[in-house]
Amino acid sequence: MFKTFKKGGVHPPENKISAEKKIETLQIPAVVTIPISQHLGAPAGVIVKKGDKVKTGQIIAKSSGYISANIHSSVSGTILKIDETLDSTGYKKLAIAITVEGDEWETTIDRSTDLKKEIKYSSDEIIKKIEESGVVGLGGATFPSHVKISIPKGKKADILIINGVECEPYLTSDHRLMLEKADEMLIGIQIIMKALDVKRAVIGIENNKPDAIEHLTKVSKNYQGIEICPLKVKYPQGGEKQLIKAIINREVPSGKLPIDVGTVVHNVGTVFAVYEAVQKNKPLIERVVTITGKSVKNPSNYWVRIGTPISALIEAAGGLPEDTGKIINGGPMMGKTVTSTEVPVTKGTSGILLVPQQESERGEIQNCIRCAKCVFVCPMGLEPYLLMPYAEKQLWDEAEKSKILDCIECGSCSYTCPSFRPLLDYIRLGKSNVGKIIRSRNK
Amino acid sequence: MSNLFISPSPHNYSNDSVKKMMYGVIIALIPALLLSLYFFGLGALIITITSVLSCVIFEYLITKFLFKQKSSVMDGSAVITGLLLAFNVPSNLPVWIIIIGSLVAIGVAKMTFGGLGKNPFNPALVGRVFLLISFPVPMTSWPLPLESRFKYLDAITGATPLGIVKEGVKAGETISQLSSQIPSHMDLFLGQMGGSLGEISAVAILIGGAFLLIRKIITWHIPVSMIGSIIIFSGILWLVNPDLYIDPLFHVLTGGVMLGAFFMATDYVTSPMTGKGMLLYGCGIGILTILIRVFGAYPEGVSFAILIMNAVTPLINKYIRPGKFGETIKK
Repeated sequence: MFKTFKKGGVHPPENKISAEKKIETLQIPAVVTIPISQHLGAPAGVIVKKGDKVKTGQIIAKSSGYISANIHSSVSGTILKIDETLDSTGYKKLAIAITVEGDEWETTIDRSTDLKKEIKYSSDEIIKKIEESGVVGLGGATFPSHVKISIPKGKKADILIINGVECEPYLTSDHRLMLEKADEMLIGIQIIMKALDVKRAVIGIENNKPDAIEHLTKVSKNYQGIEICPLKVKYPQGGEKQLIKAIINREVPSGKLPIDVGTVVHNVGTVFAVYEAVQKNKPLIERVVTITGKSVKNPSNYWVRIGTPISALIEAAGGLPEDTGKIINGGPMMGKTVTSTEVPVTKGTSGILLVPQQESERGEIQNCIRCAKCVFVCPMGLEPYLLMPYAEKQLWDEAEKSKILDCIECGSCSYTCPSFRPLLDYIRLGKSNVGKIIRSRNK
Repeated sequence: MSNLFISPSPHNYSNDSVKKMMYGVIIALIPALLLSLYFFGLGALIITITSVLSCVIFEYLITKFLFKQKSSVMDGSAVITGLLLAFNVPSNLPVWIIIIGSLVAIGVAKMTFGGLGKNPFNPALVGRVFLLISFPVPMTSWPLPLESRFKYLDAITGATPLGIVKEGVKAGETISQLSSQIPSHMDLFLGQMGGSLGEISAVAILIGGAFLLIRKIITWHIPVSMIGSIIIFSGILWLVNPDLYIDPLFHVLTGGVMLGAFFMATDYVTSPMTGKGMLLYGCGIGILTILIRVFGAYPEGVSFAILIMNAVTPLINKYIRPGKFGETIKK
């Protein structure tokens, strides 16, 4: 019996069609566009100007606030312009465009591929190095990692949980990383364990990746304190609250963080970036991105420099399929639709999914038939059939009392509803309004 | 490249739809339909066709001409109401009475509240109870199975097993004295008894019920709690005095218990929204059924029990909420 979280969850078809493809390196494009806000928290402050020459790995925007992150150039070349540009959120945000000239790296970066096992730095030094390299959560939430590892006074972690679950259908970047860079990842885990001062780490992996489970179980024997925990395939197994419940059976209370139950969760991609940051002085300038979809000619996984337009990825995978109806940044359950193929790959882009026309349309909305499926699948124990009318009728008090803010926006409710009701859309509306009310109440 | 769709997540959907669920229920009703045709022949055919057609036609007319919207009959729920209403009446019921029943079930119990998803009471049961109270004699003359297959209004009638027990106990006879007049448990299971079209054959309903459970159209909570509470409550009475109170298996196999447990009480719109709520709901129906059957005036209580618990459902939904994640803190 594989461990899993008990409450709710759905099982969308996995479609991991790119799982067998080794990660290749995508050719560097002619121009990269690097947004200054690729993370949760305050956008970084630009420190270069038009015409400046930059090297690969050079810092171009500085973190501005407690929850913020540095941004580095992913290429070497000349700053073309610093302008409001369309990005994958659908809005125009400030971004630094760089014309690529060669690929000259900062001299402080160690570009060798040999494994550096010894961790020479103290806990504080590790956190400083992670902060300098602009590493953020690569699972998609992009929370600045150095903030997550800086435990507030009075709280303590006793276990580190690593998210190798990749529960979204189609995405395989974490899977390939676990197979191809296992040693580096495990050293990265030990680095974070040292920074947090914990003796135990568990990597959760869904059992639709038996090769990754087998490989990591073998390799982790050489590393002190790291275990592998195979998990049942259920969405959203990768949600941090569900993952913590499944692996160590602790429930993060409503409104609180994982540190309040003694743990910290990191994605496998983040952990690899931490290894490169601490052992090789390499800032976060590239990541693994899956390009996939039913009609895509060559669904594959690539190392992509941050700022590459997604059109480059689509070309490399065989071009945009004729029948494309939707382009999604991320997976089908939580990804964001993209309005143009010129938007850049950012730190939070784990995959680009091309959806055929016939699967792109939503069904016609019908009355709620009170079948209670949304209640049965909600992993947070909420009642979407009530939250939607609360948001529709603007009953914000009732919505707050029904714990609408606990929603993790996984999409299981909308996925299941047989009447095609846009439950999550209204819940998001409710969350934003209730959030506003609470913030103005606390002022 | 043609225009791109833009919409918020999620971007894929389970293949469920209202239509699929409704057609699943219709398929699950086929065994009971076939057996009712086998036992009651001509009468069953006429009543089923009339009921389904009039329910569909009334819903079509009301949605198209009264509401001025697109007709909703294609989602299958009117067909199900028609079938279930037919399954709740005797096979010699005159056609005009069934049409009135359809009008009440669709027009009053469903459409006045706003259509699918908005009714507080099970429409087929409202139709049936309305007919029972308005036309008590035609609604309580029960054709005997197999003997009336080619007759309709002139079918040979007799008492149902529940009726025999009720009258007999009232007249002072003991259960053991009555047992010669009641069909055996095996006959009750297969359907060799008087009763309404759909309720007689437990085996046919079980097959349909299993189909519904496998297809995940219903969950186990309501059938188990309803049948379980009937067994326990009637079992307690039977153990106390087996001469006055008949055994639990008899209660489960007669009347509308099986049909009610799998097809009527499990109606989404009128049943609770949580597992715990459904269990409470099922127990309520079971206890009320036995109370009405044993201590009340009617020989059969399932329809009333379900309608009463339909009224309690909003209360159950208000106070029995799903356990929120993070409320039980374990370290």
